[in-house]
Amino acid sequence: MTSPAIEVRNLVTHYGSRQILRNVSLDVNEGEILVIMGGSGSGKTTLLNHLLGLLTPTSGTVRVLGKDINAIDPLELQELRTRIGVAFQGGALFSSMTVGENIALPLREHTKLDVTTIGIVTRLKLEVVSLAGFEDLMPSELSGGMIKRAALARAIVMDPRLLFCDEPSAGLDPVVAASIDDLILRLRDAMGMSIVVVTHDLESAFKIADRICMLDKGEVLALDTVDAIRTSPNERIQNLLNRRTEEAEIDPDAYLKRLLGEKKKDRI
Amino acid sequence: MRAVARIVDALDRLGRYVSRGVSEFGFAAALVGESLFWLVMGRARRQPVRLSAIFAQAMDIGIAAVPIITMLAATIGMMLAIQGIYTLRTFGAESRVTLGIALSTVREFSPLITGILVAGRSGSALAARLGTMRINQEIDSLTVMGISPVRFLVVPALVAMVVMLPLLTLWADLVALVAAGLYVSAELQTSLAAYVDEVITLLKLNDLLHGLAKSCIFAVLVTVVGVINGASVTGGAEGVGRMTTRSVVHAISAIVITDMVFAFMVTR
Repeated sequence: MTSPAIEVRNLVTHYGSRQILRNVSLDVNEGEILVIMGGSGSGKTTLLNHLLGLLTPTSGTVRVLGKDINAIDPLELQELRTRIGVAFQGGALFSSMTVGENIALPLREHTKLDVTTIGIVTRLKLEVVSLAGFEDLMPSELSGGMIKRAALARAIVMDPRLLFCDEPSAGLDPVVAASIDDLILRLRDAMGMSIVVVTHDLESAFKIADRICMLDKGEVLALDTVDAIRTSPNERIQNLLNRRTEEAEIDPDAYLKRLLGEKKKDRI
Repeated sequence: MRAVARIVDALDRLGRYVSRGVSEFGFAAALVGESLFWLVMGRARRQPVRLSAIFAQAMDIGIAAVPIITMLAATIGMMLAIQGIYTLRTFGAESRVTLGIALSTVREFSPLITGILVAGRSGSALAARLGTMRINQEIDSLTVMGISPVRFLVVPALVAMVVMLPLLTLWADLVALVAAGLYVSAELQTSLAAYVDEVITLLKLNDLLHGLAKSCIFAVLVTVVGVINGASVTGGAEGVGRMTTRSVVHAISAIVITDMVFAFMVTR
C-alpha cells in the first residue's frame, strides 16, 4: 500500500490564546476525495490553512506527499507546492490579469515552457472546466460560478498530485453547484489526483466524497465513509446532518452576566 | 484607587503602542532584507525577479508621474523666485537670488516635493493593491503556488521606486530651475543665459548628490511603508481604506523627518 497523500498527527493550534484545533489526526489516501465538513467556527478553514502550510501549528505534524510541511527547507517547500493545487473560496484570481494570464501564471513562473506551449496548456485546462474562449476576459467580468471554475483551472494547470478546494459550491445556485461537483469527480477520475474539499454543503459532500471528516468545535467527530457517516448513531453528527440546532446549555448566572456585559476576568 | 487604575491603564496602552511600533520596525527591516535576498538570490532559487515586472512598475511610478511632477516643480521654482526676490529686495540684493534658488531647489525642494507626490500617488496605490489582494486571498494564493509574494509583488515596486524617484527628482530639479530662471530674468531684466551660467557656476556636484541620495532613501521609505500597511490590512474594504490613508500619512511624515535628519547629519 502506498503512503497517504496527507498525514496529520495530533495537530493542536491556537489563534492568540484561543484553541482552535484540538488534537486533530487524519489521513488522505492516494486518489481519494476527502470532504472536510463542519459548521461555521468548527475549525475547518483553519485546518485547511494548516494543510496548505500557511499557518504554523502549536504542536503536531502535517505531512503532505510524504514531507513534513513545517520542517522542510524553503526550496523543497517551493518544489512541493508546484505539486499542489488550491482553489480558494473566492477564487482569488489576480484581478490585474486576464483569466488566461491567471491560469498561465504557475507555468510561467515554474516551468521553462515556451509561450506557445503555455498558451496551449492554458486553453486545454479552460476546456476541462468548460470555460473555453474566456481567456481574454478579466476576472471582474466573470460570474460567480465561472470564477470558481477558472480558479479550478488555475489549480490544476501544473497537473498536481493533490488538489484542495475551499467551499467549491458556496454561493452558487444548485445547478451550477452540481456542475462543479461533477467537475471535481471528473478531475479525480481523469487525473487520479487526491482531492480535499472543505464544504458545509451536505448534498455536495455526499455526492463527491469517498470519505467524510466531520469537524466539530476543533475536534474530529468522525472520519468515515459516506454510508457510515449517514447511519452514524452519534447525536452530534445527526444534528449536523439533519440541520437541527443544538440545545444551548442553560446557565442562568452566565446568561445574566452576558446580558450585563460583564467580561470574564480570566480572559486575556 | 481609581487614579492608580487609570495610570496603569495609560501605561498599558503606551506599552502596547510601543510594542506595535517596534514590531512594525522589525517587519520593515525584515521586508527590506528579504527583498534584497530575492533580488540577489532569486535566480539561484528558481524565482528570478522579472525585468518586465520592474518595467511595468517603473512606467506606473515614474513615467506616469512626469506631467504632475513637471507642473508642481515649475510652480515651486516660480514660487521660490518670487519669494526670494521679495526677501532680498529688503537688502537691495535681488541679483543674488540665484544662489538661494539653486541650492534650495536641488538640495531640498525637488526631492521633497517629488517624494511627497510619489508617496501620495504610488505609495498609497501599493498599499491599496496589497491590502485588496490580502483580503481576497490573492497573497495566500501566490504563496501556495510556490511564488514568494515579496519577490513577485514587492521587489519590482522597490526597484522601480529606487530607480525612478531619483530620476524624477533630477527632472524636477531641471524644471524648477528653468521656471525660476524665466521669472528671475523677466523680473530683473537679465538674460536667461546669464542665469543658467550662474546656476552652473554655483551648483556643486555635492549639492545634486545630496538631493538624489535623499530621494533614494525616500523611495525605500515610501515602498516599505506602503507594503507594511497593505500587508497589515484586516477588516474588509474599510480596512483597505484605513490602511491606505495611514500609509500616505506615515510615508509623508517619514519623508519630512528623514529629510531633516539627513540634512542635519550631512550639512553640519
